[in-house]
Amino acid sequence: MEFKDSQAIYLQIADYICEQVLLRKWQPEERIPSVRELAVSLEVNPNTVMRTCELLQQQEIIYNKRGIGYFISGDAVKKIKQFKKETFITNELPSLFRSIYLLDIDLDELKPYYEKFKKSNFK
Amino acid sequence: MITITSLKFSYRKRKPLFEDLNLSLSAGHIYGLLGKNGAGKSTLLKQIAGLLFPDGGKCLVMGRHSFKREPAFLQEIFLVPEEFYLPKVSIRTYVKNYAPFYPNFDESAFHSYLKEFDIPYDQQLANMSYGQKKKVIISFALAANTKVLIMDEPTNGLDIPSKSQFRKVIAAAVSEEKCIVISTHQVRDLDNLIDSIVIIDEHKIIFNQSVDTVTDKLSFKLLHQLDDRQQVLYKDSSLRGHSVILKNENMEHSKIDMELLFNAVLSNRQPIQELFN
Repeated sequence: MEFKDSQAIYLQIADYICEQVLLRKWQPEERIPSVRELAVSLEVNPNTVMRTCELLQQQEIIYNKRGIGYFISGDAVKKIKQFKKETFITNELPSLFRSIYLLDIDLDELKPYYEKFKKSNFK
Repeated sequence: MITITSLKFSYRKRKPLFEDLNLSLSAGHIYGLLGKNGAGKSTLLKQIAGLLFPDGGKCLVMGRHSFKREPAFLQEIFLVPEEFYLPKVSIRTYVKNYAPFYPNFDESAFHSYLKEFDIPYDQQLANMSYGQKKKVIISFALAANTKVLIMDEPTNGLDIPSKSQFRKVIAAAVSEEKCIVISTHQVRDLDNLIDSIVIIDEHKIIFNQSVDTVTDKLSFKLLHQLDDRQQVLYKDSSLRGHSVILKNENMEHSKIDMELLFNAVLSNRQPIQELFN
């Protein structure tokens, strides 16, 4: 995994895990790789992965079965989308809106582009 | 796990290397020991391993004076030096002769580390390149399963693919009971593994903080334009923009840039140290 310079590693690992869930690679109620396995495959300190797991557990995206490991919550997809939506609206949307405003674009004008994008990427 | 108090040491009279050096390291962490050339990194590691004696003060490892080199201490510590000598024998003979000194030596782990590093077990140590020998020593050190593992510039001499293999085997080796100390100039090789940073300069330890504490207090950013309102603790400007260290005021968690931090602590020590007090 390539890490970016912009964000703490434990947050980037959290994003990575969430992405696996959103892409349905890891299913709800499934056990995720152990802290050690994740640390080895991502080449990071196990304490960092621990911190990621604590964060995701606090957000109720994963839960801990004592002695067995971490599992994806049943409603993880819903929870992740909710968190991601909030951060998207606060962090990314303002700069997008700024361009839309500066270029005088009507929001309806963008709809066909969005449909086209969905078609070519996700269908 | 390791407690050094008021350590004094010099190789030559009137040229002290350490004066009143204090350092405390605990199990469950990977410490990155950083310092300029000649600051005394290797000397400090040798003090911990009992290869050099203090002129004053104490160096206690697992509650024992390291200079006494008691067997109970020696079997729980392993030092991978930067320069080393390996006898002209096969790996098999080497293990047969040296593994018995380490009661927790795990032979099957040794095999798997060698395999990870692509080193055939039946090779003669004398016929190996420096990098290959280093991989054998690193594998042996990890397999020895000692409570304290010290490595002096371990990624020196390793080729590009083996740096990734090295990170994998270290990540696998960390445990709650182990204290790993790595001195390095190539911080980028290891910056996701090191969880605590120790900086040695001018006879003393001037910085010893966990990465989490550092990123709680400081924010590492690449800015395209400097803003006068921001209080920049350190900056390094290049074509990419300005790499800066700021006070972390918005509780953001940025990724630590260890090279930048090292330069900042060395050149602008006081304001940074005050933030951590």
